[in-house]
Amino acid sequence: MLERIEEIRSEAGTAIEAAPGTAELEGLRVRLLGRKAELTTILRGIADLPQRERGKVGAAANRARQELEALLERRAADLDAAELEARLAVDRVDVTLPGAPARPVGHIHLITRTTRQIEDVMVGLGYRVVEGPEIEHDYYNFTALNHPPGHPARMLQDTFYVQSHPDVLLRTHTSPVQIRALEVQPPPIFMIVPGKVYRRDSDATHSPMFHQVEGLAIGEGITMADLQGTLSEMLQAIFGEGREARMRPHFFPFTEPSVEFDVSCFQCEGSGALGDGSRCNLCKGIGWIEVGGAGMVDPTVLGFVESSGYDPERVQGFAFGMGVERIAMLRHGVPDLRRFFDNDVRVLGQFR
Amino acid sequence: MRVPYTWLRELCDPGIGPEELAERLAMTGTEVERVATVGPPSAEGFVVGKVLAAEPHPDADRLSVCAVDTGEEEERTIVCGAPNVAAGQMVPVALPGATMPGGQKLGKAKLRGVKSYGMILSAAELEVGEDPGGILVLEDGIVPGSPLSRVLPLAEPVLELEVTPNRADCFGVYGVAREVHAISAAPLGPEPWAEDAPAEGDGEVGDYASVTVEAPDLCPRFTARVFTDVAIGPSPAWLQARLTAAGQRPINNVVDIANYAMLLTAQPLHAFDLDRVPGGALTIRTAAEGETMTTLDGVERTFDAETVLVCDGNGPSGIAAIMGGQASEVSGGTARVLLEVANWDGTNILRTSRLLGLRSEASSRFEKQLHPELCMRAQRIASRLMVELCGAKLVPGTIDVAAAAPAPHRIVLRGSRVEGLLGMRIEQPDQVAYLERLGFGVEVDGDDLAVMVPPDRHYDVTREVDLIEEVARVHGLDEHLPTTLPGSAGQVGGLTREQRLRRRAEDAMRDLGFDEAIGWSFTDPGEAQRLRIPAADPRADAVMLSNPLSEDQSAMRTTVLGSLLDVARGNLARDADRVALFESGCVYLDAGDAGEGPLAGSFPGERPAPVAEPRHLGCLAVGPLSAGSWRGGGEPADFFSLKGVLEALAGRLGAELSFEAAAEPFLHPGRAARVAIDGDRAGWIGELHPLVCREWDLEAAVAFEVELAALVGAATAGEETYEDVTTFPAVYQDLAVVVPDEVSAASVRDAVLGGGGELLRSAEVFDLYEGEQLGEGRKSLALRLEFRAPDRTLTDEEVAGLRRSIEVELGKVGGSLRE
Repeated sequence: MLERIEEIRSEAGTAIEAAPGTAELEGLRVRLLGRKAELTTILRGIADLPQRERGKVGAAANRARQELEALLERRAADLDAAELEARLAVDRVDVTLPGAPARPVGHIHLITRTTRQIEDVMVGLGYRVVEGPEIEHDYYNFTALNHPPGHPARMLQDTFYVQSHPDVLLRTHTSPVQIRALEVQPPPIFMIVPGKVYRRDSDATHSPMFHQVEGLAIGEGITMADLQGTLSEMLQAIFGEGREARMRPHFFPFTEPSVEFDVSCFQCEGSGALGDGSRCNLCKGIGWIEVGGAGMVDPTVLGFVESSGYDPERVQGFAFGMGVERIAMLRHGVPDLRRFFDNDVRVLGQFR
Repeated sequence: MRVPYTWLRELCDPGIGPEELAERLAMTGTEVERVATVGPPSAEGFVVGKVLAAEPHPDADRLSVCAVDTGEEEERTIVCGAPNVAAGQMVPVALPGATMPGGQKLGKAKLRGVKSYGMILSAAELEVGEDPGGILVLEDGIVPGSPLSRVLPLAEPVLELEVTPNRADCFGVYGVAREVHAISAAPLGPEPWAEDAPAEGDGEVGDYASVTVEAPDLCPRFTARVFTDVAIGPSPAWLQARLTAAGQRPINNVVDIANYAMLLTAQPLHAFDLDRVPGGALTIRTAAEGETMTTLDGVERTFDAETVLVCDGNGPSGIAAIMGGQASEVSGGTARVLLEVANWDGTNILRTSRLLGLRSEASSRFEKQLHPELCMRAQRIASRLMVELCGAKLVPGTIDVAAAAPAPHRIVLRGSRVEGLLGMRIEQPDQVAYLERLGFGVEVDGDDLAVMVPPDRHYDVTREVDLIEEVARVHGLDEHLPTTLPGSAGQVGGLTREQRLRRRAEDAMRDLGFDEAIGWSFTDPGEAQRLRIPAADPRADAVMLSNPLSEDQSAMRTTVLGSLLDVARGNLARDADRVALFESGCVYLDAGDAGEGPLAGSFPGERPAPVAEPRHLGCLAVGPLSAGSWRGGGEPADFFSLKGVLEALAGRLGAELSFEAAAEPFLHPGRAARVAIDGDRAGWIGELHPLVCREWDLEAAVAFEVELAALVGAATAGEETYEDVTTFPAVYQDLAVVVPDEVSAASVRDAVLGGGGELLRSAEVFDLYEGEQLGEGRKSLALRLEFRAPDRTLTDEEVAGLRRSIEVELGKVGGSLRE
């Protein structure tokens, strides 16, 4: 009996090793270890054997069964791996075909992006963003901003007027929002106003619609030196560290003193000349680039909002404004501001 | 304003070059557009020559062959084309190698076979004047061969100033000289009007002329002087050169004198031929409404009742301060001159000049409001030159019709205020020096100053703050102003929630694959019609501009859709094969009401915005949202692709939208929906009507437009509360519902949600089936349901109960469960 068990074990071992696939192996399992298998029959018949043989035969048969189970398991794992290997080998693709197109990502308009950038810089300096209407009362756009009657800016050719409403116009600057905000908020006030503005002018350097950002800071003891510091911080944030701000006296009806402000040229580092000695084309050799207008808020303007706490003898402050298109053109080399309103997707897509 | 540099230096010499002065002026408030050069760029090669002989050219009628002494051993042969060349003349000569104005270098030339070793020049060629008859003939007494620059200004630098409108004084060279004096402290020459001319004419001015001012408000002062024995002729070379460099064309000595006095003082003058003014009587009056007159330029002008006219016995002879009349113009035969120097109301002049579209050197000065005091300055300067250059006799007396001159301003400048406003200290002696150099009278009063404003600055400097600007700019902002930041008390920066959510919405659209466009706020009045919007619709009622640049830009847009269609058409014309665009911008509704907050058109301020201008978010897709490939895809966007975008946008904001079939005039009637938030209309979505597509040359397009205020108002993003989804498991079940075709998916879902109650956390339609098994006119919708209780695990019985009540609710809309 023991010999037979050894025989079965040995033959089965050979057969298992030779099984060509998982299906054949499953057949072998049934044949070797199934209910009708010889080894099973031997195990079942142990009780019928003479007492002294029982121990030996039982141990041998069980050992053989365990061995065969282990062999079957190992062979099955081998076959599985080989078959998977074979299946994967067939399941191949041409990796050089183009990838499936992803859903394209859109783009924020450069003007919006630049506006947001300025907003964020000023928010960091403690300003809030305030908005106002584009179609505005003459009072806010001109009168309250100290444009006396007969001021050239009020004249027909610069300003778009609205047919059905007397004294209503398309705002020519974001400054009317200064008055709107000052009417309802007592000092101190630190605000920035982004938005569309309109002037009746159209050529390579003028668009009848464009965007401005305006800043206003009024409180006790806010000085012109503070204006210079604020502009300097803002211009560095927009044009890069190390840029300098300079102010040149100028004239605006709603500020006194008034200035225009420049940033030191970021292409030639303010030297006016490029590396090869040629004249810097960005600043035209001057070393400075004009950015916008500013000044100390005119006491006459504060007089219009004195009832909400703006006594020109007690509070003072500054305002500044600039064109968003101009900043975007300077920063990104856009040659013509009309390009911003073509909305050519080939251009929109250049600014991520 | 063009300021010839030699003229300026004669009045105040800063001792620096024109470029450096330009820089200093720019940094103190007078912008210099550029420093131009009048005449040849260099004086080298230009000499005085004497014509020794002028013989006709053997082969050319109009040319002369001249022998010219240019101070060398041998005389030069120069061929000259001018008719007035003659032996004995002293003339300007350019030698070969000289550079002409405009940069051309002169060489030797052969003219019709005769070699020419130079060029005899005209005044125009040298840019020192006009040439009535050919070459410029110089005065005798100069040694031939002398540098020409000794007698004529060559290579004259001219400062082209951009004078700000408040600085009327800098429209005169003396005003600019005073400014240079102020910023450089270089000495300023005496006032050129200090000395008057001797009055040696016969009688008294009243014997010759009279002036009546009927509009004293608009003509605060009118002065007139009379000159007899006037010899009209060309002005001397120095005057012609000066005028030419300043951009004025020399005419004749009388007109040139008037222009010269204006350039020097900023006060315009006008010369009449007195013999052509009937009775010598002038009347200044306003025009009758509709009155007409033909001006010097030959155009018939129609005036309104606010136009001021200068009239004589024959009617209007000129428009005050803007343009003189032809009838009484000074000409070659003039012997007696009436010289007008008047003061006008600047606002009125500006208005009239804009209205007529007529602007002159005079009107551009008057419109800035000159002081009446300036009149006599100009009279004195002109009188002296009339006597000197025209041999004229000044008739004693001046006609002077004047209202009381405005009282000069006396302003207290507090020392504390200077430092308080600027944040920089300017020592009192410096303040005094700056103001005195600028022409102000100053008295020291402790820390303060009492300042008298001169007439030149009367309308510009009226308050303490104006004086602070004066001392600050002369002191120098660039050199001295410290760089500080405002104290930060009370400053908290930030965006409002509304502003943050608006940015989030725009970013979401970008992330969903759309390019942001910024369209024109203007459109053409026909757009509403092209969008098939009926006249009764508020969107047909655009805000119209009264003075548009063109008809195409005369209406303010009432939809963002129109702008997006324009942008799409432009891009497709540029060969784009698809466009996916959005815009976040205002529309303008004449008849609309503003809602709450800036996005809905409510802004800070005591006066509401004149018209409603809500901000809309519009979106338009033409062609596929993603490109196709070898794997397929690339189907053009349709209703459901854009609805998915809109739902995703709402999802980013945490806003709940509902959709309901509803027509819009510009949409496909079967593929259009109203977008609502909390039951209120917030916008629309749909495929565009084929007729609208055709108007914009598109094959097909799909779009939506929503009110940003509603979308942002419904947003819950940022305000979420934690919901426990881990402690108790959810139960998921699918439901198939059969309903008649006309029952919308939304009403099926609403019924399911209604029946499920609070424990039904979500119900989403994931399949639609229409087939024969269901029978004609019926469809089956499959929904995935999620049940969950916050405080317990739901039992099968509870869920079964909910299903039964869902079934009841479905029954009410004609639906049944499909088994």
